[in-house]
Amino acid sequence: MTTPMVKAERVHKYFGKLEVLKGIDLEVQPGEVCCLLGPSGSGKSTFLRCINHLEKITAGRLSVDGELVGYRQQGDKLYELREKETAAKRAEIGMVFQRFNLFPHMTALGNVIEAPTKVRRTSKAQAVQDAKALLERVGLADKVDSYPAQLSGGQQQRVAIARALAMKPKLMLFDEPTSALDPELVGEVLDVMRGLAKDGMTMVVVTHEMAFARDVGDTVVFMDGGVVVEKGDPNQVIDNPQHPRTKAFLGKVL
Amino acid sequence: MTQEVTGTAPEKLVAVPVRHYGRWVGALVVVGLFGWLVSAFGNADIHYHVTRDYLFEHVILVGVWHTIEISVLSQLLGIGLGVLAAVMRQSGNPVIGSIGWFYVWLFRGTPLLLQIILWFNLAAIFPTLSIPGVWHADTNVFITPFMAALLGLGINEGAYMAEIVRAGIGSVDNGQTEASHALGMTQGLTMRRIVLPQAMRVIIPPTGNEFINMLKSSALVNAAQYTEVFRVSQTEAGKNLELIPMLFVAAIWYLVLTSVFSVGQYYLERRFARGAQRELPATPVRRLLALIGKPPRT
Repeated sequence: MTTPMVKAERVHKYFGKLEVLKGIDLEVQPGEVCCLLGPSGSGKSTFLRCINHLEKITAGRLSVDGELVGYRQQGDKLYELREKETAAKRAEIGMVFQRFNLFPHMTALGNVIEAPTKVRRTSKAQAVQDAKALLERVGLADKVDSYPAQLSGGQQQRVAIARALAMKPKLMLFDEPTSALDPELVGEVLDVMRGLAKDGMTMVVVTHEMAFARDVGDTVVFMDGGVVVEKGDPNQVIDNPQHPRTKAFLGKVL
Repeated sequence: MTQEVTGTAPEKLVAVPVRHYGRWVGALVVVGLFGWLVSAFGNADIHYHVTRDYLFEHVILVGVWHTIEISVLSQLLGIGLGVLAAVMRQSGNPVIGSIGWFYVWLFRGTPLLLQIILWFNLAAIFPTLSIPGVWHADTNVFITPFMAALLGLGINEGAYMAEIVRAGIGSVDNGQTEASHALGMTQGLTMRRIVLPQAMRVIIPPTGNEFINMLKSSALVNAAQYTEVFRVSQTEAGKNLELIPMLFVAAIWYLVLTSVFSVGQYYLERRFARGAQRELPATPVRRLLALIGKPPRT
């Protein structure tokens, strides 16, 4: 049996006294596309951010590719990782944000080569070559020298995807990647993500795009109130939900 | 239905503009007060020819140069220390954070003049200065008037710059830091490559203001015997016993310096306001040209 890419066991997360994750159990296998659905405030974004340790979990175990996130286990003791070690692990995980978070003072190319040259210490020439190939892959070969402010939302998000891919991640996290986009720009971003899925990338996607979850998702997880309500095959969960909460939510969004 | 197109231009709207009588009254009062002030200065027993004679005197010009020199160098030192202190205060390390906080607290909380005198008399506390095995100096030799002035002004300025830089860092969207961290960048790298470059937009305009302040505060290093323009004008006054005319010499030079750098500051702020305002207001030069009826160059 292969090691799961993401494995969450009884993951809890508190913000102060507020419990936003109430014991999440979830496995994502290598090459799998897992879509997290659910109303806002259900904890799906928080869970996603725990996977690359942007948020610390309060209880439970969370591991990526067989290694604990943010900690090292020796015997039955946990040791917090140093900042550099956490950073090195994050470099293996790509993340795409709802609001793109491109670096506005750098061109599209500058955004994509930043982490490879500064974190991985790839040579500039090599990084530029790779970045141009990536920007071409997301359909932006002609926008290499544009600044984020000169790009549409859809173009910015595609640059953000190229930026994440430049680190050659083994796992990609998408946090509502199309929620901040005009409806007509959503398609171009989803197409890029579809291509990634086809190439075998392991992806965890928080989304409200039901059609995307159904077509591209290998599994769909419906979360509400900090727990996983229902999970399984997209056709089963989306088209034939068993739990009343899932039924109510899907009834509103479909 | 389409609107009929007429050949003639539309009739110009004619209306009596609002009369601002208050402005005329105000202007008269201002002119009157100004005239009274001028006559007061004119009738006073002040030898204005002394001011004129000394304005371009060699010692004075050297003093002006020293004022510019110490202001620029102190400001640079202040910017360096300010960035350092601000970054230290952002640090997750409580020891480093406390050092940054303490620095700002100490140097912003005591008078600049006091600090300058203290630096000048550093030998009273540390008779010798040394980095063991590397460097060694007698404090009285090392702390020249120039060094005391530089340390006094620069280190004090750093405390104020730290607050400006901190505001700049705070103005950068948190998503930028998150995106950098998600890419595997460490805190230091994120600060240097992502946050500080974007914070500059907010940091630079108030820094221009700080520098103009610095030009005038530099008069305080008189206390460390550094020969900037205020000190030399006072030294000359000690010789020719013309206190007020010599104060005017210094005042004129300060006004010249602050005016020149204010113009620079104005254009700097304009440049960094780009994108924040839809349309930038006209520059004073353009407004002046418009006033005398010349079409502005674009």
